[in-house]
Amino acid sequence: MPSKPVGTLYRGREGMWSWVAHRITGVGIFFFLLVHVLDTALVRVSPEAYNEVIGTYKNPIVGLMEVGLVGAILFHAFNGIRLILVDFWAKGPRNQRKLMIGVGVVWVVLFVPFVIRHLMHVFGG
Amino acid sequence: MSDIAAPRSSTRSRSLKGGGRNRSGQTNFELYSWLFMRLSGLALVVLVLGHLFVNLMLGGGITALDFAFVAGKWANPLWQVWDLLMLWLAMLHGTNGMRTIINDYAEKDQTRFWLKALLITASIVVVVLGTLVIFTFDPCLDPSSTLSVCK
Repeated sequence: MPSKPVGTLYRGREGMWSWVAHRITGVGIFFFLLVHVLDTALVRVSPEAYNEVIGTYKNPIVGLMEVGLVGAILFHAFNGIRLILVDFWAKGPRNQRKLMIGVGVVWVVLFVPFVIRHLMHVFGG
Repeated sequence: MSDIAAPRSSTRSRSLKGGGRNRSGQTNFELYSWLFMRLSGLALVVLVLGHLFVNLMLGGGITALDFAFVAGKWANPLWQVWDLLMLWLAMLHGTNGMRTIINDYAEKDQTRFWLKALLITASIVVVVLGTLVIFTFDPCLDPSSTLSVCK
């Protein structure tokens, strides 16, 4: 077994890249979750403490980071459902390419309306 | 970069080294963990997308998030249970995913041990803290609250 797997590709097609993207979005969401529970815990300290910290999130930069977060969550959610179908649905592996396209379609259909409405909130539309 | 025909994992899987004992005394931990990721994942799709929809899409979205918003939600037992389930499932799902990644990329036993110790400590702190907050939260902490339970 080589000690440096860096610089190699496992076939390098959509199957590998969706696996890579699932990992990256998963790690990102996990670290967000740690921070999210900690900041929400401030409701137990005082209304002022919570409102002050949440207030620092209400700006365009964090607003755009929230767009990225929701995009990552939507991908991770529907790519996860694709994984379940490949694992448990008898026809899943044969239809894996169609499932991949399905993930992309559902992602766009949910993400685009979200981005429009969220950015209207963020930029005061 | 060169293409390879199969994943370059060792035939003696590292994750088995951590979870199971040996061929005769092996546990099914990795099987249950694999199944848990799929079952919790399905539940989380509903819990998290519902959470995002209610908090970010309805009403004023992100601009309406403040203490009064959280108080209004957690005055309702449905949202307490919703958020509790989401907290536990998301943390277990995320912690187990991070464990898999540590097993995949950290090669030295020492590194793996300390990364996992850090991961598990952080996860326990967050789950315990979050659970306590959901159940000991006082929605009437704000004297100007207009919630009916505070009158």
